[in-house]
Amino acid sequence: MKFLKLLSTIDRRIIYLAVGLVVIIPLVLKIKMPIRVSREVETAYETIENLPPGSVVLISIDYDATSAPELTPMFRSVLRHCFRKDLKVLYTGQLAIGLPLAQYDLDMVTKEMNAVYGVDYVNLGYRPGGVAVMLGMGREIRDFFATDYKEVPIDSFPMMRTIHNYNDIAVIVSLAHGLSAEYWLQYVVSRFGIRMFAGVTGVVAPALYPYLQAGQLTGIIGGLQGAAEYETLVGKAETGTFGMPAQSFAHLMILFFIILGNVGYFVLRRRQ
Amino acid sequence: MNLIGTWIAVGLTIAIFSFLYRDNPLYKFAEHLYVGVSAGYWVIYVWAFDVKPMLIDEFLRQTGFEKWILVIPAIFGVMMIMRWISKISWISRWPISFTVGMAAGLGITAAVQGFIIPQIQGTLLPLVSIGASPGQTFSQSLNNICIFVGVVSVILFFYFSIEHKGAVKIGSKVGIVFLMVGFGASFGYTVMARISLLIGRLSFLLNVVGIR
Repeated sequence: MKFLKLLSTIDRRIIYLAVGLVVIIPLVLKIKMPIRVSREVETAYETIENLPPGSVVLISIDYDATSAPELTPMFRSVLRHCFRKDLKVLYTGQLAIGLPLAQYDLDMVTKEMNAVYGVDYVNLGYRPGGVAVMLGMGREIRDFFATDYKEVPIDSFPMMRTIHNYNDIAVIVSLAHGLSAEYWLQYVVSRFGIRMFAGVTGVVAPALYPYLQAGQLTGIIGGLQGAAEYETLVGKAETGTFGMPAQSFAHLMILFFIILGNVGYFVLRRRQ
Repeated sequence: MNLIGTWIAVGLTIAIFSFLYRDNPLYKFAEHLYVGVSAGYWVIYVWAFDVKPMLIDEFLRQTGFEKWILVIPAIFGVMMIMRWISKISWISRWPISFTVGMAAGLGITAAVQGFIIPQIQGTLLPLVSIGASPGQTFSQSLNNICIFVGVVSVILFFYFSIEHKGAVKIGSKVGIVFLMVGFGASFGYTVMARISLLIGRLSFLLNVVGIR
């Protein structure tokens, strides 16, 4: 009886400690796990994979530090994939604080892939206005981004000479932790008929599945699991893949505590 | 400089995590620091990204008569601040009305064009969908039936113009099941997201001390 009562009233700090340990131990021991690629991540990958060389991909950084652990590995993988396929990347974002944060990853991947600024990619920077900017870019990108993030006129870059609006962009990739991915879908995809896939946090992913089912999205990379799957497809294991064992063990631990708490509660109620 | 920044991040991470044990001055310090930095950041943000480049610089740059159109948003901005003065706070309703009207116009178009119509199209599916193999036919058809039953039953659950009894009651009960499955999936994904953030922070700490 005492044990059952204990089960249903476990101190929350014991749960925190247990979850902390099951996360730290796999990270320290560098345990590896096989990654099974889901259909929605595979279709996102195929969207990039099937583009002809020279096509333009617009990557929108719509996240900040609060969700960087989930979205940074996606950004790196998608960027590597684009440069490997010899695609051109336009880098912008809907959060002023997100762009400098992801700049570190942009610099790292472009250096690794020998991508040349102005030829293979351009950092448009951030402009306030949200939806107004999204819609205006459908007319002319220069109306909002006459210069790049360092105030250099974008017409001085060879890559930008043929890029004016969404007609010149093959795919939009929104890496988002909020509503931005839905804004891209509702305002840009529906109006300009451009293809898009989204890399989003686990919290946002369920809200995007109806768009995938309706064919408005070509794929979804959801949470750290999605990031690990994309890393597997690109063939470069990073923080997404390394985090998966910790994630799996933590999920098992949470399930264990849910079952334990419920067993304690129901048995105790029946006896009383 | 990078090293100092890293160790400040380590200290603040540990300070925030210390709340898991109990509330303490270290946590309070980190929390207040975060609120202060965020407030400061937004003040600078509004000035550096909105007011200066889009209003002041643009007004000085333009030469024609059109530049005077920028006076209108400037006046609207000042009217918005009137909210802080109780006697004339009613003036702020005008720019708010403008903002609400514009947002509603944009939102309605996007909702109809980008959500309602494509989602209705996505729901109009054949209940028996022939695939490349019998297995595929079965799974596609089952998927389409699930979507059909789910949409109809959830709409029934939120249909309050008639009393929920008989067939409507059964339909709405089925709708509750679909809603619960949806909430469960959302909650599961949310747990995954929070654990991912914990993994990110712990990986950072382990990297700093050289364990990973």
